[in-house]
Amino acid sequence: MTISTPKRPPRPRMQFSLRNDQFKGLLWQILVVGIAVVIIGWLWSNAVHNLSVRRISTGFTFLGREAGMPITDTWIAYNPRDTYLRAFIVGLVNTLRVAAIGIVLATILGTMVGIARLSANWLLSRLAAIYVETLRDIPLLLQVLFWYVMMQGLPPARGAWKPIEGVFLSNRGLIIPGIPLDSAQYGIIGLAVLGLAVFYAIRRYLIAKQMADGQPRRIWPYGLLLVIILPALVSWLAGVTWTISMPELRGFNFAGGWTVAPEYFALLIALVTYTSAFIAEIVRSGIQAVHKGQWDAAAALGLKRSFVLQQIILPQALRVIIPPLTSQYLNLTKNSSLAVAIGYQDIVSIANTTLNQTGQAIEAIALIMLVFLTISLSISLFMNWYNARIALTER
Amino acid sequence: MATLTDAPQNPRPAARVRTGWDANPVLRWMRANLFSSIASTITTLILFVVLAKAIVNLASWGILNAVWTVPGNDTNACRAARGIGACWAVIPEKYRFILFGTYPFDQQWRPALAVLTFIALFYVSTRRSFWRKELVLIWAGALSLIGLLMWGGIPGLPFVSQERWGGLPVTLVLATFGLAFGFPLGILVALGRRSKLPAIRSLCVLYVELIRGVPLISLLFMASVMFPLFMPEGFNIDKLLRAQIAIVLFAGAYLAEVIRGGLQAVPRGQHEAAEALGLSYWQRNRLIVLPQAIRHVIPPLVNTFIAFFKDTSLVLIIGIFDLLTTAKTAIIDPAWQAFSVEVYLFVAAIYFVFCFAMSRYSRQLEQARAER
Repeated sequence: MTISTPKRPPRPRMQFSLRNDQFKGLLWQILVVGIAVVIIGWLWSNAVHNLSVRRISTGFTFLGREAGMPITDTWIAYNPRDTYLRAFIVGLVNTLRVAAIGIVLATILGTMVGIARLSANWLLSRLAAIYVETLRDIPLLLQVLFWYVMMQGLPPARGAWKPIEGVFLSNRGLIIPGIPLDSAQYGIIGLAVLGLAVFYAIRRYLIAKQMADGQPRRIWPYGLLLVIILPALVSWLAGVTWTISMPELRGFNFAGGWTVAPEYFALLIALVTYTSAFIAEIVRSGIQAVHKGQWDAAAALGLKRSFVLQQIILPQALRVIIPPLTSQYLNLTKNSSLAVAIGYQDIVSIANTTLNQTGQAIEAIALIMLVFLTISLSISLFMNWYNARIALTER
Repeated sequence: MATLTDAPQNPRPAARVRTGWDANPVLRWMRANLFSSIASTITTLILFVVLAKAIVNLASWGILNAVWTVPGNDTNACRAARGIGACWAVIPEKYRFILFGTYPFDQQWRPALAVLTFIALFYVSTRRSFWRKELVLIWAGALSLIGLLMWGGIPGLPFVSQERWGGLPVTLVLATFGLAFGFPLGILVALGRRSKLPAIRSLCVLYVELIRGVPLISLLFMASVMFPLFMPEGFNIDKLLRAQIAIVLFAGAYLAEVIRGGLQAVPRGQHEAAEALGLSYWQRNRLIVLPQAIRHVIPPLVNTFIAFFKDTSLVLIIGIFDLLTTAKTAIIDPAWQAFSVEVYLFVAAIYFVFCFAMSRYSRQLEQARAER
């Protein structure tokens, strides 16, 4: 191309004609945005009118009022005389704890099933395939209801199943031995978490050094020292006592131990098994996406099979796995709202009760949407960061 | 390219002579697939024992010790077998209610016919020879026929209000109409999201991300609780229709993302060539780009359809009588209350048949493409 004059061509003036693309584009935008604004404005004016007729005041002042709703299964202190705000926070914690534990368990189970599907053992791979097909093709809500009915069908506390000493399964839920936690114990746990962070930093440093000089170094002793030995030593020196509280039957219920409520248990099982079926398929296709030549090449270098899987195959498979896995995590979190069907009091269930008690429909649903949009956005941001970190760095 | 030379053809290796148990193809297969190593042998043995036990237990619960019929509503036989055998007697007793809800009993051939029409419609849509413009007409015709059957209102077919609809037809109506209206909506939004016009693009992004970011339940709550609030005073529409609108909006957002994937797979040259021919924006998309884009994404479209076919069951929470709600209502009857597991298994089987057929179909499409 030969352009002799460096002068830029004059910007074409907009022509107000329907034959001009730019003008047409502008008209389209004005039209669509105009329609959207008119519809939203119309809905809004209707809402304002209806609310004034029903004498419902808008705004979030109701959050400060006494909730008066009982919540049975909570992780933070709550009683019905607390405010709606507190009730919402309890609901949020309930949503987060079922989603977070569900994501961890579904990932573990899904990975196991996905690898099982690729097994050379015909029986194992067939069973994994049947597991995936069955769970994927039945609505999650039906599975939630099914597990809840199964929980209710368990014997009462007196005739509870006792698979191993100290573990009871009855229609009161799952009761396991617990460790009573107080500020001293939390301090030790915090120390261990801190140790884990330091260990992670040391590990990165050592791996970087290995990359530089090719000399393999032992990493695990640092982990043992920082995460287990050091906290244990501090705990012993400070005289922190760790007791195990074994559950026992008193009257019609259990005392001591940790109780997993039947609603929570049913919801968790349903979410984990359902999502694990999808994760299994993602893991399977991810591993299959790694070229067979990678296995052969690693074997030709004389590397151990477990080392090959960990250091060569999985890092490559992860690149294929992470994006669809992210959307499964988001699905699991959103699906945890099915709790409302079996009376587990998550954020949606609390908002629903609030809505019925106060009539603050717009605010309650806005809060649900706000919470889920925030959670979705945080998970996507984290997974995008992780995905970028493990992405192929091409020269 | 390799040239044909007079080098000797690879001689076929002489067939190995197999002797002993190795001659038996069944045993050889078992050795290769079940007992190839020590670990594999242990796995096989453990799984075999567990599986055998599970099958024996299930068979004795579901078949051998099951109660198939009881006289009238007398469920004593079922109660006696509780925990040992299934009570399948609940199914013949309740299946009409589970399948068709409170639809007038003597008119239930109409929803049954509607279900068959749905199945025929799905079947026709999966045939490659029907992937033409006429398919739109077939859909319009079939959906009108279904509306006529369900509502009636002409001589010979007494009118049945949609408040009395229930069961499988409602599930199919919600999913199919969700697809029928969500699909064009999805196409528009997908095009809008790829548009060069910033205002339209951001509106479409906002819509898709907002809908996909929140659970379907909150949309259904909105439809059931907030919708009347946003309408002029005194104006109200039926609950089923409101849920249907929510499902259409939901489906539209998800379908838009799938279609957008297809649009991205169409090479730029196709756009430019169409533009060079002097086609307008709508002509370009309708005649050139969309037909290619949609063919690319038929398997994920089927998967999306399976997903929101299952998700229609969430209308249970706002009290609409779909298949799952009728099942749950059927066992409120005190005589049958204890046998919900059997009813849930029955309904699960119905959902499974529909979803499994669709997912097999989508896999066939993918394989056919991989082979091409």
